[in-house]
Amino acid sequence: MGDVIQSVLAPAGIQAARIAHLWWVMFWVCTVVFILVVGAMAIAVTRGRRGASDAGHRVLSRNVAIATAASIAALLVLLTHSVVTGRALETLKTPDALRIQITGYQWWWDVEYLNPQPSLRAVTANEIHIPVGRPVGLTLLSSDVIHSLWIPNLHGKIDLIPGRVNEMWIQADRPGVYRGQCAEFCGLQHAKMAITIVAEPPDQFEGWVAHQREPAPPPTLPSQQRGLDIVERGPCAMCHTIAGTTAGGRTAPDLTHIASRSTLAAGTVPNTRGYLAGWIVDPQHVKPGNKMPPLALSSSDLQALLDYLETLK
Amino acid sequence: MRAAACALIVAVLACGACEREQRRYTELPAAADRSTSVRLTTLQPGMPQAQPPEQSPYQYNAYGIAEGKRLYNAYNCSGCHAMAGGGAIGPALIDDKWIYGSAPDQIFSTIKQGRPDGMPSFGGHIPDQQIWQLVAYVESMAGLVSQDAAPGRNDDQMAKKPEARKEDTRPKQTGHR
Amino acid sequence: MSAARPVTGRVEVLDADDPRLGSASLERERRQLDDAWAYARGIAGWLSEVNHKAIGRRFIATAFVWFSLGGVLAVLMRLQLSRPENTLLGPDAYNQIFSTHGTTMMFLFAVPVMLGMGIYVVPLTIGAREIALPRLVAFGYWMFLFGGIFLYVNLLLNTGPDNGWFSYLPLSGPEYGIGRRADVWAQLVTFSELSSLVVAVSLVVTIFKLRAPGMALSRLPLFAWAMLVVSFMIIFAMPAVMLSSSCLIMDRLVSTHFYNQAEAGDPLLWQHLFWFFGHPEVYIIFLPGLGMISPIIATFTGRPVFGYLALVMSLIATAFIGFGVWVHHMFATGLPQFGQSFFTAASIMIVVPTSIQIFCWIATVWTARRIVFATPMLWILAWFCVFIIGGLTGVMLASVPLDLQVHDTFFVVAHFHYVLIGGAVFPLLGGVHYWFPKITGRLLSERLGKLAFGLFFVGFNLTFFPMHILGLHGMPRRVYTYPASMGWGNLNMLASIGAGIMALGLLVYLTNVVVSLRRDEAAADDPWGAADLEWATSSPPPPYNFLPSPTVGSRDPLWHPELEPPVVLGLAADKREVLVTHLLDGEPDHRLEFPGPSIWPLLAAIATTILFVWSIFSPWGVVWGAIPVFVTLVGWFWPRKGRPPREVEADRLAGRLTPTEITS
Repeated sequence: MGDVIQSVLAPAGIQAARIAHLWWVMFWVCTVVFILVVGAMAIAVTRGRRGASDAGHRVLSRNVAIATAASIAALLVLLTHSVVTGRALETLKTPDALRIQITGYQWWWDVEYLNPQPSLRAVTANEIHIPVGRPVGLTLLSSDVIHSLWIPNLHGKIDLIPGRVNEMWIQADRPGVYRGQCAEFCGLQHAKMAITIVAEPPDQFEGWVAHQREPAPPPTLPSQQRGLDIVERGPCAMCHTIAGTTAGGRTAPDLTHIASRSTLAAGTVPNTRGYLAGWIVDPQHVKPGNKMPPLALSSSDLQALLDYLETLK
Repeated sequence: MRAAACALIVAVLACGACEREQRRYTELPAAADRSTSVRLTTLQPGMPQAQPPEQSPYQYNAYGIAEGKRLYNAYNCSGCHAMAGGGAIGPALIDDKWIYGSAPDQIFSTIKQGRPDGMPSFGGHIPDQQIWQLVAYVESMAGLVSQDAAPGRNDDQMAKKPEARKEDTRPKQTGHR
Repeated sequence: MSAARPVTGRVEVLDADDPRLGSASLERERRQLDDAWAYARGIAGWLSEVNHKAIGRRFIATAFVWFSLGGVLAVLMRLQLSRPENTLLGPDAYNQIFSTHGTTMMFLFAVPVMLGMGIYVVPLTIGAREIALPRLVAFGYWMFLFGGIFLYVNLLLNTGPDNGWFSYLPLSGPEYGIGRRADVWAQLVTFSELSSLVVAVSLVVTIFKLRAPGMALSRLPLFAWAMLVVSFMIIFAMPAVMLSSSCLIMDRLVSTHFYNQAEAGDPLLWQHLFWFFGHPEVYIIFLPGLGMISPIIATFTGRPVFGYLALVMSLIATAFIGFGVWVHHMFATGLPQFGQSFFTAASIMIVVPTSIQIFCWIATVWTARRIVFATPMLWILAWFCVFIIGGLTGVMLASVPLDLQVHDTFFVVAHFHYVLIGGAVFPLLGGVHYWFPKITGRLLSERLGKLAFGLFFVGFNLTFFPMHILGLHGMPRRVYTYPASMGWGNLNMLASIGAGIMALGLLVYLTNVVVSLRRDEAAADDPWGAADLEWATSSPPPPYNFLPSPTVGSRDPLWHPELEPPVVLGLAADKREVLVTHLLDGEPDHRLEFPGPSIWPLLAAIATTILFVWSIFSPWGVVWGAIPVFVTLVGWFWPRKGRPPREVEADRLAGRLTPTEITS
């Protein structure tokens, strides 16, 4: 099953590993119970066909009582294991953890790396990078309806509920790229609301986050300059922000470092020039119902815009 | 005969509900750019010319009006016209005064071209489709669309009266004071 | 008063050799009863029929119509999901379809069909002439019918619910629930819950007060016990969802703030209220299934079910604990640790009564006199395999950490289909097969029945077992498509093929029904050799169910004729008179005349429907729409002239039926 990207059974962090362990305990206990009960029924059926002798009422009562006691015991074992695992999940909370605030929107994720110093904050969308081996506290908010953040390889899901602040604690123990997805039905494009998690060595992560804090580089080539003009004077700036330019819309994903991300439209398509062009011209074909309007751009305008967006590493 | 009548009634109802409930994501109205030829007054030289006002394609469409409502805040229309449309720097949108006309295509061109004394031109900034959604929403603020299709209240503090419960405010005064 | 009555004023118990039971007097009474209880004729008669057998049949048939439509929607969903990036259905269509599928199966099929079985079978199995409050039951049927039509007309008009069968706020609220779709859902809930509530009330009264003399509660058949428990659960659970959906409509229509977090409302309030109903709903659906298992196992093993008291206590315990587990649907909302542990413990504890029942049935089969592998028995034996899987995955979902991973994934889809189809639909299809001769007077074909069973069983497991794995592999629920790179394609294709086989099985089942109905061969009174009272009368029973009215001296009256006391005589045969008995011991208490066919339930249902639909569009619908409702209720309750007063002076049958007498 190596080709499955999101898997509960392939934990990449301590939290998911604890739950996966609980899963296997439950799985084997339940399998044994299933075999015992269905086996007992099968024996009963075959016995009955032979025309069995009457077992005494007392014997039957005793056997039913024993079976009931055994199932209560099995349930208690599972309950204990579950509660112990639940407490273990709480132990990841540490004050020096990396803090990231994730806000759910229909149908994308706004990401802000929190820091007591405002200048050290970084804003991005739909993709988070985390350092390997360090606990990460995610603060979960919603701007519209209820969403649920689920990264199966790292942890179970926690809802993002308007008017509430939820928390989730994760830690990646091996580097890699993991995929998460919205798990609470949130409307038309619930299916296409994914998030990418890149777990990388701490120094690499520090470099990434430092770069994310930078504003967008000024365009160098004329076509890039023309692309920036289109962004600032056209519709893009109404919704999107590109730090370092006049584009300051707050209702759509931050584009300051769009070219450094691996996907577009919350994990819907890969971030290549071709997909980006298709997304800008006809987003409603790629992700019907999303909030990005189609843009009628001339071919040369589109190329200029793409030239500019590709500089936003 | 009776079956035919029933079928007709069902069909009419069906069209009404279908129109109201459609989720139309992409749509460029046939006459996308009428803004330059829209008339703002009934005064004219010579013989009267009948020119039917163009309807917003979202006039009866709940999804389009709701999108207009979202955009009204997202594009900061509320900054001048107030959240509830009661007016502040800009004129009120919920009353029966329409300085530059209350017909859908007149509202469209007001948004698209801008108007003197403060209304900016959004032509290059907002795609026509979204302007039409805003038009439908502006109409709903004055109670000019079907209450079935108009939006309900927001999940806000001190939420304004929902457009769906706005009494019909027929335009009385159009044109300059 | 009437000379035609054989005994005046007294309900008497006669020995079997009493001359008054001679064929001539019995024949005279049969003619009178035929007149008094005759089914109403013509279209007007059909519309005003109140007899529990007619209404029960309609409930079952109508529920199967909605079941088939919901099944068509399920097949559409499986077609859409069979391949990654499929474009058969767009997101809007898919959302409406999955929401309508869930809403149909929960509100228009699972609960009503079980109530329909209860309406038909319960009065027969407890030896009553009629269900209590028959006009109320008829009203319940019409509300159920109109609710279903309302939902499907709206689906065709593109106004189908699109927020799931759970309609979470704020997605279904005034800001994000665009158009009238959420209102349609909320009002459908009102339709179906009103219907369920009135039927539940009738069933409770029937089981408590209309049992045959001698049928103490300790002799009540287990199916009736299950329906009694379920009816109480409905009475406690359904008001929660009617209240919450009415609040939803008020939020949407008149801008109240029940669920608006900005104005001190709370979207989580919705989830609490909804699941306070929603989890007991699961038990409401599968407890009747458990109730059907007992008589079927008893019949086909030739053994009374082992552990009657344990089974009854388990049913009651399940009902109680079932109201204390709702939060396990909300573990991902971020509740405090302590509260979560409580609900984990409760959710795990509810397994205990169910496992006791399973052990009792295994003990019954263990000591079987014979095992007849008739189709109903096959459904029940299959129940053991599939329901236990559903129950065990339920234990997993009760664990907070594991639930955080698999909540809202296809694992949960697999789990609750194993519980609801495995736990309720398997016994239901077996139960319909079992009671079919009693309902229609024709036996179902065993050959087609077994074919349908085989297809359905294989298709069911092919469809839903892979979903466990899909959930563990990260596939969330309620997605209209998924990228090819996720690696979910093959299992989804397998599930879709399984859905096709399952649909085929259901088609064979329905074909069997149609074909068997056209057969000439009438079914015997007791074709299976069963023990319960419904098999003591003809197939199908006469409108008045029994002549003479039975009395009961044991839990398995048909297997112990030597223990059965004499029959009851003395009920008026020239009008719809029934015998009301005491709650605990089943002693005769008094006689009561029941109403005959009436058009008022239908008119009241039409008026209520107008009120409900109108109130979607305007709050004034509640005000002005109440007037016709009031008028129809006045017509319904208008006292009729010439009705004799109720007579309450029947003899106690002290000592002859039950060992203890209760003084009143």
